Order: sequence, then structure tokens, then C-alpha cells
Amino acid sequence: MNNFWMRIPLTSNYAAAYAAKDVDVDVVAAYPITPQTPVVERIAEFIANGELNAEMVHVESEHSALSACIGASAVGARVFTATSAQGLELMHEILFIASGLRLPIVMAIAARALSAPISIWCDYSDLMATRDASWITVIASSAQEVYDSIIQMYRVAEDPEVLLPAMVAYDGFIMSHTYEPVYVAKDKAPILEYTPKNFNNRYRLDPENPITMGAIADPNWYYEFKYQQVLAMRKAYEVVKKADEEFGRKFSRSYGFIETYKIDDVDTAILTYGGLYGTVQETVDILREKGIKVGAIKLRVFRPFPQHELFNAIKNLKHLVVLDRAITFGGAIEGPVALEIATLLKFKSLDINLYNYIVGIGQRSVTEQDIIGIVDHVSKFIEKKIAPMESIYWGVRE
Amino acid sequence: MSSEKKLPGWKSIPMAGAILKPGNFAERPTGDWRVFRPIINQDKCLRCLICWVVCPEPAIYIVDKSYRTSGGREWKFTLEIDYNYCKGCGLCVEECPVKAIDFIEEVK
Amino acid sequence: MSTPTLYRSIFELPREEYLSPGHGLCAGCLAGTIVRMVLKAAGPNTIVVTPTGCLEVSTTPFPYTAWKVPWIHVAFENAAAVASGIEAAVKSLQRKGLIDPSKKINVVAIGGDGGTVDIGFQALSGMLERGHRVMYVLYDNEAYMNTGIQRSGATPFKAWTTTTPIGKILKGKIQPKKPIGEIVAAHRVPYVATANPAYVIDMMNKFKKGLSVEGPSFIHVLQPCTTGWRFDPRYGIKIARLATETAMWINWELENNEVFRVTVSVPKRKHVKHYIRAQGRFNHLTDQDIEEIQKFIDKEVERINKMVGREVIGPIVE
Repeated sequence: MNNFWMRIPLTSNYAAAYAAKDVDVDVVAAYPITPQTPVVERIAEFIANGELNAEMVHVESEHSALSACIGASAVGARVFTATSAQGLELMHEILFIASGLRLPIVMAIAARALSAPISIWCDYSDLMATRDASWITVIASSAQEVYDSIIQMYRVAEDPEVLLPAMVAYDGFIMSHTYEPVYVAKDKAPILEYTPKNFNNRYRLDPENPITMGAIADPNWYYEFKYQQVLAMRKAYEVVKKADEEFGRKFSRSYGFIETYKIDDVDTAILTYGGLYGTVQETVDILREKGIKVGAIKLRVFRPFPQHELFNAIKNLKHLVVLDRAITFGGAIEGPVALEIATLLKFKSLDINLYNYIVGIGQRSVTEQDIIGIVDHVSKFIEKKIAPMESIYWGVRE
Repeated sequence: MSSEKKLPGWKSIPMAGAILKPGNFAERPTGDWRVFRPIINQDKCLRCLICWVVCPEPAIYIVDKSYRTSGGREWKFTLEIDYNYCKGCGLCVEECPVKAIDFIEEVK
Repeated sequence: MSTPTLYRSIFELPREEYLSPGHGLCAGCLAGTIVRMVLKAAGPNTIVVTPTGCLEVSTTPFPYTAWKVPWIHVAFENAAAVASGIEAAVKSLQRKGLIDPSKKINVVAIGGDGGTVDIGFQALSGMLERGHRVMYVLYDNEAYMNTGIQRSGATPFKAWTTTTPIGKILKGKIQPKKPIGEIVAAHRVPYVATANPAYVIDMMNKFKKGLSVEGPSFIHVLQPCTTGWRFDPRYGIKIARLATETAMWINWELENNEVFRVTVSVPKRKHVKHYIRAQGRFNHLTDQDIEEIQKFIDKEVERINKMVGREVIGPIVE
């Protein structure tokens, strides 16, 4: 099994490019934007060197990037694109069309804060703004996970019972530009065995079998199409699970919907997503040395939201600290993941105190010291037996 | 509740608004749009095909029907208007170079 | 470019229809005529992309479609980008042998002036610059007709639309028509042409040429709109013909950015008033307005004649 891989230093951006190469994409249509640019550049190099046999469409905007991906995917091609922040916003309209047309497009997101003011640095506001777009959404915490997840997502997206587009996100700069050792395939064959191409199991533009795609649906019909999408997203839950398990069987690496770290003996756990999880794990160890027992939970799959796995992980907790790296302004709670978890707590009648801390906005540094400070801050609430009624903006200067 | 036919639901319709039967709009006639009806005078018609070209539907067909005019001229094919679809726009009437198409009020 | 076999008469036009009747285009909508003809020129091995607009909405309300070739609609402003993706996919899949590489598949985008000249302009320019093998047919009814006759960049000078209404202070569109044909020509693509459904053989041959080039082609077709221009539907072709007879619409082609031809010469021109007075959208024009337009057209005619090197469009006789 180890013969499949070579271990090379890659940034998460390059890991994404390698994944696109190793699934043998047919068309790449992408527009450069910081901090995603190296993805596009590396793919261009692969094609120029003959390592990837694909058409690269050097589109003139992100809106056209996803549009070209839709056109290509509709013909039956396997497509890939990548973007961040403003680019993701520019293609926002097309996100819904891609999922509405049920096309298995896979996109890498180097998560970056949204303008205004303009920021090229990391936070998850761009990703969170796509919540309702009906894209399967995975948030990776390592370059290896980026590589593996993109490969998994082709298999999931192209499953005839799913046929929804998927995005794999990772921290802009913090992960996109830092090197980690990554196992990548020496040869595409085992990867293509895991996610074989078969465009005949979905509707496509084919002169031999002419169909119309993208009709207008009046009030008598629209609802039914959306319901089909609802069911596809629900089905994606099982398919994501199976794809990850199969990946584990074949390649000895699997990730699940969530990951937990030392939560079996704790009352309090800290939940976060993306690269910050590593820092939280480090902090858990530091605190345990000091005699403070906390655990860590990583949310990997954001859509479809893994209620079942989260429920099992948190049901015995008394306190759950959610570190959000995006803001949902004016929300009942202002952290988007905290909002989802609050709903979970209510649905499952869990009596757990929820503490939402907003961190890392615009790549404001979050260190172990910050997380220790947060745990201390939470302990004061626990002492006074009160739970905060608002999200807390850790580190904002007055 | 009336006994009107219920429309198909999410289980049976194709996904994503895809329409799998090419040209199935032909199942929905538009002839009831007409206020005026064009009628080709087969004796005058020169079979120049201009009406066939301009019709937007298309509702004029070139059919393999031979025709002998009252003047004795033999034609091997004929232009026929499909009144199931003709919307009565009058383009054929106006463009016919020999005014062989009459345009009369539609009588229901 | 390798010249395809051109049609010499209507009898040579393919008989097969790739647009079915029953669609909801207005009675007398020349877009129907134009699209029937495009599809005849392109044949069944064609993938069509249409942006949001009259054509899209009228031909594909679920569960009915008038199209007998594979067809896709994505959004309003991206037909050229979608067509680029389709062309790239066909190229890639044929290169990999996943679809039959010996079959030539035409990729044709058919869009209105809204989705091409205004909101779709960026995507169009990008597609042209990248050199995709796509034929873009612009059916120009000179306004956003689908949403109820609002002005577009292609709306002509002084025309009434709902957003350039006739009031006490402002009367009609104050800007001239955006010269999209020339803008496309400036991209130096292999083939650009203007066409008119009143000159069917000329139009069909331009489609043929557009489909035969190794790169992007652009055919700008005038589409008089009975509903938006305000005239009795039966006069659609007549008005289209008057457009060329008055030189308000010149049928030209540019091959390889080298050879420029006016393909329908007008030795005896008509005064623009014949074209203008036939349409309700110009009802408010005074004789002075019409003279102003006539002067502009005279200048254009002079310019075109100079470009060609001889008088292809003659003086006003009527």
C-alpha cells in the first residue's frame, strides 16, 4: 500500500493542484486571486509539462470560471476550479446554478476575509457566505487532508445519487502558503480506481441524445426540483461517509465528519475548524499538563452538517466552546458554526452551555496563549454559573 | 378538490429542470393564438419557399404532394400550413412575392 | 479560412428542422426564423448555449422544449463563458478519446443584445480573446425585450423604450447604438459579420462561414421585434429589409481581419424616414430628428464606401 505514495513537501495550495492532477481532470477554468494563485500556477505548469492532460481555460473573471466549469461539466468533463473571498463572491450567483443543475464540480477555497475593507488574509467569512448554495463543504486542517479530501469529493460529487458540487476549504496563507509533508500518488491509476470517470450516469450535452438543460420552472415545478436537491444533500451524508471509509480501506487515511481529541474524560471541549484545530490540540496538551482537563473537536464536514457525529461526541459534555472564524452579523448568535450547534443542542435536548468566541478575523493571530486565555475566560463564567448571551470577540482592541 | 390531473412530483421528473424529449413543445399547439388565418392559394403558389423560410414556428411544411394547378401546371411538392401551430402573424402573407396567401379573419 | 460550400438559392437550404413549433415566441417573432436558420446551417452535431432572454424563456419552460439539439441555459451574462467551457470540454474529451474524436461538434451561442452587448460583454470579450472555436449569434432586437422593452446598449438613438420614455424633458434614448460588430472585429477574430433575416441566403452563408473557421466567429443579426418596436407582426421582414435599404443596417463581413466586404450592396438607397416611420417606437420623432439621423447615416455610408473602396451603398433616390 505504501508503494502508491511519494512523500513531498507541499503547501495546501500545491496539494490542491496535485489532487486535481491525480484525478485526471479534463478541464480547469480558474482565475487567480490571492491567496489561491499558486493553485492555478501549478496546474498551468502541470499542463505545460504534459503531466496533466487537460484544457485550461484562462477565464477573464471568477464568474466566468464557474460558468465555464458548468459548460464543461455539462458535456461530461471532470472539472476543477479554485478561488477565495472576492472571487467566491463574484461567482456567487453561479454557485446556486451549479448545484441547481446538479453538476459534480469540485472547487478548492483558500479561505480569505471578505472586503470591505479589503483583506487578503485568512478568515472563513467567504466560505460561510456560501452556506445555502447547496454545495457539499469540507474544511481541511492539513495539506494532506486537502489532497485527500479533493480526491474524495470527486467520488462523492459524481455519485449518481448525489450529483452536487463540492468545495474543499483551507486557511488562506496559514495553510495555503505553508509547507507540510504530503503523501501524493506516484501514479494516477489507484486514484482513478477509487474515483473512476463515468459521465454516462448523468444528464449531459450529447448530440446523440439531445436534451435541454437549464429550463425555466414556473411555480408549478420549481419546488419539486429544490426538494430533489434537499434529498441529494441528505444522501450526500451517507455517500461522504462511505467515500471516506473506502478511502481509509484503500489508502489507510480517513477523516470522518469530525475529529475529536482527548474528549473522553472532560466536561469542557473546544470546537473549531480549519488550521486552527492544530493550535487547539496543542493547547489541550499544555492545559492538561497544568491540570486543566479540556478536549478538542474539529468540524470537518460543514455541509451536510453532521448532527449525528457531533451529538455522539458532545452528549456527555457540560460546556462547549465554539471558536468561529467568521461573523454572521445580526444573527441570533454571531458565529456561524455556533449557530448551527445551538440548533443541534436544542433539537437533541442537550443541556450543554454554549460559549461562542469569534477569533482570527482577518487573520488576527490566534496562539495557544489566546486559547488558554479563552479557557480561563470560560472558567469564570462556569464559576459564576452564568452563560454569556452574546458571542465574544476575543482580542478586539477598544 | 376538483378531479384535475395532478402534475408529476419530484420522484418522477428528471432532476435539475432537464427536459429529455427533444422538441416536445410540439405537443402544445399554438393555433388558438390566431386572430387571422393565412390560406395558401395552391393555384397561385410558385413554390418559391419564401413563406417556409420566414415562418418563425415553423408552421409551414414542404410536403411531397403533387398538385396540378387549374392552369395545368404540375408541381411535385406543395407548401402546407399547419393550423395547429400557425399563430396568424402574417409574415408569410406579406412576404409572398405573388400574393398567393389570403389572410382572413379566424372564425371559431 | 477554408471556404465551406455556400448556398446559392433557397432550394439548397437544408429541409430538416431543429426547432419545433409550439414554443411561446410572439406571433411574428423573427428570432424564431433566425434560430431555425442557424440550426439548419449547423446541423444536429451542435451544442447550443443561450443566455437568459426571450429565446430562452419562450423555448424552454419546463417540461417543454422546442430544441432538437443539445441545449443549455445557465445565466444572463455568461453564455460566452459557458460556451468556452463546452468547447474546452469537447476538445479535452476528444483528445482523451472519451468521446468520438472524428466527429466535429459545433458550439453555438445564441444570445440577445442584453446578454451580449451589455451584461454579457465581459464574457464575450474573454471568449474572443482566448480564441475558442465558438460561433456567437447575436439576435439583436435592440432592447431588453424579455423583461418588457427596457433600453440596452444596442438600442438605437432616440428610440422609445420603457426606460427611455417620451416625457416633457427627455424623449427616447440619448446615446447612439453600441457598435458591437466593430468591437468584436477589434478582437481580430477569424470571422465577424452582420446579417439580416430579410436576406436569407446572405445570412445562411454567413452562418456557414462562421461555423467553418478555426476560432471564434460572431454574426450580428438584426431582429425586428413586433412587440418592442411597435409594428404589425406581418411587416417584420419588410422592416428588416428597409433597415438595409436605408443603410440603417449594413450587411458586411470581415474575414481574418483582412478582407472587408459589404455583402448586400444598395445602389439606390431610401431615405431613413421609410424605416423610422414604420415603427411605433419612433413615433415621437420630429422631421428634424429624422434629418439628424439621416445625416449620421450619410456619414456612415461615406465611411463604409471608403473602406470598401467603391460605392457599395449609393445615394438616396426615394
